[in-house]
Amino acid sequence: MPIAESEVTWVEEAKLGLWEQLYIPALIDGLKTTLSHMVSRKVTEQYPEQEPTMPLNYRGVHRLNRDANGRVKCVACYMCATACPAHCIDIVAAPAPAEWQKDGREKYPETFVIDELRCIYCGMCEEACPVDAIELTTLYDLTGFSREQMVFDKEKLLSVFDTTTQAGTDPVRTQAGKLSVASESPPEQK
Amino acid sequence: MPTVYVNDKPVEIGTKRLNCVQVAELAGVFVPHYCWHEALSVVASCRMCLVEVGDLKDGKVTMQPRVLPGCQTPVKDGTVIVTGEYDKRDKSLPALAYDPGYTRTAPLGERAKKSQADTLEGLLINHPLDCPVCDKAGECKLQDFSYKYGRSESRMVDVKNTPPNKPQLSSKITLFTDRCIMCTRCVRFTREISGTAELYVSGRGHHEEIDVFPGRPLENKLAGNVVDLCPVGALGSKDFLYKQRVWYLKTVDGVCNRCSTGCSTYVDANKDIVYRIRARHNPEAQGHFICDEGRYGYHHANSGERFVRPVTKSEGKFKPIAWSTLLPQLKQEFADAVTANATGVVAVLSPFLTAEEAFLLGTYFKSLSKDVRLVLGPVPLIGADDTYPKNAKGEPVEPVKFTIRAEKAPNRNGVEAVLKQLQGEVITFASIAKESLSAMWFSGGYPDKSHLDALVPTGWKAPVLLVAQDLLPTVVTASAKYILPATTGFEKDGTFVNHANYVQTFGRAARPPQEARTELQLAFDLLGRKGLVQPGAVRKEMAKAVPFFGALAPETRIALEVAGERGA
Repeated sequence: MPIAESEVTWVEEAKLGLWEQLYIPALIDGLKTTLSHMVSRKVTEQYPEQEPTMPLNYRGVHRLNRDANGRVKCVACYMCATACPAHCIDIVAAPAPAEWQKDGREKYPETFVIDELRCIYCGMCEEACPVDAIELTTLYDLTGFSREQMVFDKEKLLSVFDTTTQAGTDPVRTQAGKLSVASESPPEQK
Repeated sequence: MPTVYVNDKPVEIGTKRLNCVQVAELAGVFVPHYCWHEALSVVASCRMCLVEVGDLKDGKVTMQPRVLPGCQTPVKDGTVIVTGEYDKRDKSLPALAYDPGYTRTAPLGERAKKSQADTLEGLLINHPLDCPVCDKAGECKLQDFSYKYGRSESRMVDVKNTPPNKPQLSSKITLFTDRCIMCTRCVRFTREISGTAELYVSGRGHHEEIDVFPGRPLENKLAGNVVDLCPVGALGSKDFLYKQRVWYLKTVDGVCNRCSTGCSTYVDANKDIVYRIRARHNPEAQGHFICDEGRYGYHHANSGERFVRPVTKSEGKFKPIAWSTLLPQLKQEFADAVTANATGVVAVLSPFLTAEEAFLLGTYFKSLSKDVRLVLGPVPLIGADDTYPKNAKGEPVEPVKFTIRAEKAPNRNGVEAVLKQLQGEVITFASIAKESLSAMWFSGGYPDKSHLDALVPTGWKAPVLLVAQDLLPTVVTASAKYILPATTGFEKDGTFVNHANYVQTFGRAARPPQEARTELQLAFDLLGRKGLVQPGAVRKEMAKAVPFFGALAPETRIALEVAGERGA
């Protein structure tokens, strides 16, 4: 349903008084932060000798999830490619193999390519995904010898899934909403 | 004058026989509907167009106590229609004197609004909501109306019906049975427009399904229209299945180039690749529908066989040549041929050219010498005109609702009009095929190369200087000295004139291959004209020079109207 006018709350910008307009309170606030850092405990990480553990909602390299049967979970709906502000996702969809169609899978990605150099790691793709097939992992040290190496295809993205799952660094779901029926039912409901 | 009131807005209907949906449209109010279609019979089965209807008598409105399907309710003088969008009406208009007993129980429009929301909830009970994998998503009426008129939540707790898909329905069409909302537009189309009646509804109530009779798949030349007609994603075109999401496609108003009916179409393309052709409603050209020949007749544009750059024959082999060297060479060779023997030089203008291209190419060749002959290219005639509907035996039935014409070229009349203006007569290709000529410019653009191959007489001797411009390799290009790439009807702006002399202009949906030049650009180059090629400007120029096309330019159109001529 479109948003009704009655559900919209308009918020006005706060009016500044003379004291706020002088910017002195903002200046004092800023200096307070600076001074508190000068006296607090110093943190220096010895990277790369000492590798940091990233929080599980960190937005690093993508992975393509597998379903319970080890097949790519993606249904090739192009939502991620549509949402992507950097246009770095390229999908070629095809009817799913006959074997998959028995389980109600009608469409699957024949190829799924992400240009990791073009990507801005905003996480819009995982937010748009109706079946939780694409996720951003905690892997951050992404290197390669050529541009071609940094263009990840379906197999490579699935291998990121295997690596992160084995390492126990599965990302947390950033979107708590209900999944589309195009996805299989979540495992805990079985 | 009979007047109908739609949300208090008076609409004069004259002598037209209209239903509530049509009158509301005249008043600028959209009444959502699934099963109703202008060209098909009324069944009022989807219940989406429910409206409140009343009668204005002696200044007082008596409303009927229940909502009625708008598509099935004819209007007469004094009919009052209140739609679900009554609260969005033009509030400056004076409100009618509605019965206070009616408005007391529920505000005006509330009944219709609630009924529509309830209808949608009912339609969505068994709908699988697999929008992520559905090709219709983005242009689906069920999505649109659910968003606009429906509820955001479903109260359905039971397991949904999931009947199996029917990909065996037809070689070109597949049925996703669970997505169907049983509007039966497709069934009525095959019964009323194509007359072939392949589809029917099997089962009753909860178990209703669209199906074909055993051993009689949905195979008729208009079958593709059921995909356009389907308001949801139940009927899918196998040709387009999973090729693109619809929101990536850019739609351009096109004209079909596969026969002389000249159907109005929508050409859907993305990144210069045409993915789909759909019917565009145009009562003057063809009506609501198009045939499958036109619908699937775009694959030549994406063919790997196409000529994409100019080539020249040297030592028996075709080798690429740059435009910068080719153009002066062509000009020189034609100038020499004209000086030697002007009557031995012909320019063949194909019926696939737009009128603008034919005009400008013809102007160039006539500027070389008056004796250069302009020839109408071979016009493919395949079989006889095929009319629909058909009866059970496959025989045509009156009244005719759709015609697929035997003449498989879109613009014979347009090119003929240009030729008549430039040289006073139309010379056919067959009449000059036997002559021994010194030079020939052959513009082709035949989407089906077998059509041209069949029209060139066996033993045809190509002139020494033969410049063939075509899309695909044919017998003509095989014996050419130069082959220039042609552009398809989707890759240019232009004007086509159909069998009934109906003139239609269309826009460009895709850019031609990088190294190809459009025929119009080539004519510009040959004429030595400078600047950007603007088909619109050429169209105006042609409208001034050729009276047939007078109506295409504003100035000449007025002159024609003053003179009392209809023009194009």
